[in-house]
Amino acid sequence: MKIVIMGCGRVGARLASLLDEDGHKVTILDIDTYSFRRLPPSFGGMALFGNGIDEEALKRAGIEEADVFVALTQGDNRNVMSCQIARHIFNVPRVVCRIYDPLREEMYSALGLETLSPTKIFAQLLKERIEG
Amino acid sequence: MYIIVIGGGRLGYYLLKALLNEGHEVLVLEKDARICKTITDELGSVCFRGDGCEAATLAEVGTGRADMFVAVTGDDEDNLVACQVARHKHNVPRTIARIRNPKNAVLFKKLGVDVTVSSTDLILEAIEREVPTHPVTQLLTLEEKGLVIVDVKISPESATVGKTVKDLSLPRESKLAIIIPAEGSAYVPIASTVLQAGDQIIAVTTPESKEGLRAALRGIEAG
Repeated sequence: MKIVIMGCGRVGARLASLLDEDGHKVTILDIDTYSFRRLPPSFGGMALFGNGIDEEALKRAGIEEADVFVALTQGDNRNVMSCQIARHIFNVPRVVCRIYDPLREEMYSALGLETLSPTKIFAQLLKERIEG
Repeated sequence: MYIIVIGGGRLGYYLLKALLNEGHEVLVLEKDARICKTITDELGSVCFRGDGCEAATLAEVGTGRADMFVAVTGDDEDNLVACQVARHKHNVPRTIARIRNPKNAVLFKKLGVDVTVSSTDLILEAIEREVPTHPVTQLLTLEEKGLVIVDVKISPESATVGKTVKDLSLPRESKLAIIIPAEGSAYVPIASTVLQAGDQIIAVTTPESKEGLRAALRGIEAG
């Protein structure tokens, strides 16, 4: 699969290298090239400087041929906007959006985005661990 | 009218002032406590500290009864999300977003924002209007009809000066509506109307045949 990831933080870099190891064609975008230090030396995908809410940058990252787009920046709103661009402008078949704020996550999930709220998931996990 | 403004920066501040002057009920939402305090000190309790993208904050300020929601922060993504939350969570009938990147206009429309305002586009339009040699100025877009209303000036060098309207090879989708001559009052052109240097022509056309219209009015082949 061809996968575009926006945001090369800890999660983005790790996801990129895992998918790369599995043989997928991965392009990772970040607005700070210093973030690419997190990618392992073995990473065989492409690391690209660019902003995922800019259509031009997304085109350079190959969004037009992408099968999956994942938004993992620190900003919920940036993630939401880039995912909506990927979906509504570029018709990417699968778009996954990280949204920290559980309320916003619920709303965009209701609007049809595939969303994940680490806040919700992690709090739930911790609760189960503590109570169990 | 109850209007909620997101972002108390300079744009939000002057917008707030103007809207208050017009007698509207206005509330600004601003994240920064310092900015919020300045506005409150100067204009009274019309600023609420909070994130305009959070449904809970919007509920607190009564967004459900707002007639209009205007997001003017400096970040396009924040303005988009604020408008979407207002629309989908609080059913605000009309949302307006400021955009920094003019290209976002299309996306925002698609995603349900009613109006977008781009200062880049506004300044560009002003320049087009100011530069007298600019041949075609877009005055209005009739989006539902897929038409634009444009203003074309006939320069003295134009090959069409002295020609009649029926001699012009206008694109089929283009219609000349009004001619405003350099002197005298405006009139509706007919087939036998003779074009004069300095004529200002208001025409209706499709965005695609705008260039063709311009070429026809200058008396050159399109392309």
